Amino acid sequence: MAGPGLRARLLPDAEDGGFPMLDYLWLGLQHLLTFQNLLLVFAGTVMGMIAGALPGITATMAVAVLVPFTFTMSPVAGLVTLGAVYMGAIYGGSFSAILINTPGTPSSIGTCFDGYPMACQGRAEEAIVAATVGSCLGGLFGVVCLIFLSPPLADIALKFGPAEYFWVGVFGITIISSLSSGSVLKGLVGGCFGALISTIGIAPIGGDVRFTFGFPAMQGGVELVVMLIGLFCIPELLSLVVKGEGMKTRSEYGYTRTKGVLWKTTRHIVLHLQGNLWRSSIIGTIIGILPGAGGNIANLVAYNEAKRASKTPEKFGTGFVDGVVATETSNNAVVGGGMIPLLTLGVPGAPPDAVIYGVLMLFGLQPGPELFSTKADITYTFMLGVGLSAIVMVPVGIYGGRLLARFVAKLSTAYLVPGIAILTMVGSYAIRNNFLDVILMLVFGFIGFGLRRLNFSAAPIVLGLILGPLMETGLVRAYLMGMAYPSPWFTLFVNPLSWILIALCAISFLWPYFGSMKERLQGSLKE
Amino acid sequence: MKKIAVGCVVLVALLAVAWTGESSAAGFPSKPLTYMICFDPAGESDITARIQESALKKYLGQNVVITYKIGGGGSICWSELTQSKPDGYTIAGHNLPHIILQPMERGNAGYKTLDLKNIYMFESTPNLLVVRNDSPFKTLKDFIEYAKKNPPGVVTVGGSGTSSANDLGTTMLNKAAGIKLTYIPFGGTGSAVPALLGGHVTALMTYSTMGVQYRGKFRALAIASDKRMSVLKDVPTFRELGYDIVEGAYRGVAAPAGTPDDVIKHLAGVFDKVMRDPEVQKKMDQQGFKTEYMGPEASLALVKKKTVEYEAIMKELGRIKK
Repeated sequence: MAGPGLRARLLPDAEDGGFPMLDYLWLGLQHLLTFQNLLLVFAGTVMGMIAGALPGITATMAVAVLVPFTFTMSPVAGLVTLGAVYMGAIYGGSFSAILINTPGTPSSIGTCFDGYPMACQGRAEEAIVAATVGSCLGGLFGVVCLIFLSPPLADIALKFGPAEYFWVGVFGITIISSLSSGSVLKGLVGGCFGALISTIGIAPIGGDVRFTFGFPAMQGGVELVVMLIGLFCIPELLSLVVKGEGMKTRSEYGYTRTKGVLWKTTRHIVLHLQGNLWRSSIIGTIIGILPGAGGNIANLVAYNEAKRASKTPEKFGTGFVDGVVATETSNNAVVGGGMIPLLTLGVPGAPPDAVIYGVLMLFGLQPGPELFSTKADITYTFMLGVGLSAIVMVPVGIYGGRLLARFVAKLSTAYLVPGIAILTMVGSYAIRNNFLDVILMLVFGFIGFGLRRLNFSAAPIVLGLILGPLMETGLVRAYLMGMAYPSPWFTLFVNPLSWILIALCAISFLWPYFGSMKERLQGSLKE
Repeated sequence: MKKIAVGCVVLVALLAVAWTGESSAAGFPSKPLTYMICFDPAGESDITARIQESALKKYLGQNVVITYKIGGGGSICWSELTQSKPDGYTIAGHNLPHIILQPMERGNAGYKTLDLKNIYMFESTPNLLVVRNDSPFKTLKDFIEYAKKNPPGVVTVGGSGTSSANDLGTTMLNKAAGIKLTYIPFGGTGSAVPALLGGHVTALMTYSTMGVQYRGKFRALAIASDKRMSVLKDVPTFRELGYDIVEGAYRGVAAPAGTPDDVIKHLAGVFDKVMRDPEVQKKMDQQGFKTEYMGPEASLALVKKKTVEYEAIMKELGRIKK
């Protein structure tokens, strides 16, 4: 579609494609290893981690807030800083997910499922180490793909049209069954509820005003982060206050300084969880490449796939380290993956990339072949900088994470609950500077508390909120595009890529039944 | 004792905040300005504000704080503006046709078009009809002939948003050429472009900025401005080709209704200097923006003129909400 030899066009001097790239890599490395740039990577990563750890501050916000500061810097310095902030923020989200069951960024939703139970069992450090190792390796994988595989992967991104996005959304729905601990029916109801909430506001196609109940302020709809904080964090706080249940009363919760946890966990992950690491990294990179789909979807898909591939799927959700590794590896792989369409085509792969795109424009850097040839020194330094920040995260995260875990564990409930409550209010306000969001967050908090009593889990609802717009826009656009066919719905089934996705959906949906069929077969064979 | 000390500190802090919040009467501006952006970061509105930022600080003599209030296609931000204090310290970027069409089509968008007091219109991006470089359509004529020969709705044209300039531009082309193109709205220019790159739509009705940025990949068939743009010299205007379509998005800044006229005049003067600053002009041209220099009166006249035009079109299409 983009023509043969896109790779040749992106590396114009290359006959075999190899040499200039190595030259550029070497050049990039030299530029990166200056005191100033190293300091910026370090500072950016730390700032990103802090921002990511605060619920209500997303990676996109963290990057956007720092954009004005980059104006005084050179293009390289500015881009390197923003890249480090992005990578750090995605990692930082795991801290609050593990410690207070609230995803720090939407990319860490899945980390709550196993990370928080681990913290409740006194294994907070193990969870943080797992998140760190996963984030580092996933981040590096994404950057390696970015550096070496950009052109062909960008081509794939373009082939995803509205119909394909619809099927990606449907695929997301099939994940609900593995996310609902308990009744699948309740999970689906939750997912529908979430999708219904996503329709509030202005319709993405057609501009109809829906469900605003006469309040113009509702035209903006419900923000994902607001619902996240409301559904994940508030019920936890309320349980603590109302019945004294929850993390603090479980005597094991906390940080028990066991020697050797760091090395033991790392060794376990690297030696035994390789399949998980590779699979989650690939999932994250691919979803990152798809424009419009980002870490929020990637971490849940990776979690689902890890559960399906596992020999002990029932352990997921009880504090199984595989779960944390899956989510955190994939969401950091999204960082590198999302930059592939950004740098090659000027199409942001994930929301923070849109901000970086603006910065590229302001520095006069045109995405495309130019970035990889005449401006290669800037680009390669930038890409290597993002990779470096994935490595810097490790010492900072392990050390900082320990401090944070110990701090949260030692803090008495009297300080913790109000402190988190204030954080949630500030966080939900900060997203759109809209007071309505704070109110919505509290409303969802109470709804979430009630739902918890009824054994509905929050994750399917949030997934419905994320996937609703994706499916709606895909479906309606595909329909509009189908005017030429006997039935407009044909567009959903025309593209071979759609067939692959439909097959994936079918497999994902029927998987649990395969499991029970297998059992019955084995049972009948035994007789 | 400790409690009294803490109480005093808090009291002093509160007083300090309250005191700095008061705007002194001595000369506008005497404190920083808030410049609200109504769309996502890295969009056209944001990029323009960033281009203007340092010149603004210079000519205004005060800091400018850029904030975002995103949602509802801009309506959240504009409704917030109409409720802000009309003292000139809060302004927002505004867009035509959005501010005209939203109240018209939605009934209650949270603001009324004329509640936004125009300060300045500083840029426009005319609509641009583009196809891919490898498309069989080499001229607008080819495109229209193909659309006429095939059943209505076969040819799909992507664009940014509903009730936007892209949407209107496609509608106007349908009317002027007697064809029926299917308009496919995308969330923004950023998501419409990959649709064309991937071949999912036949063409895009997008903005001139995309013609500049994707020069190597897109072929522009026609531009909806009254004269050819210097950065897109080879692109004929719709008018040249016989279709009287002049349409695009206009962007400017506005203040809440009730802001004193002399404050508006001062701000208009500042923006005028900013847009005539050579650095700013260079960056605007490079990106494919067409700089406009319309002060308060000219802007208001434009808004009124466009309101009449749009009302006619929208009535015909049955899209006005009573």
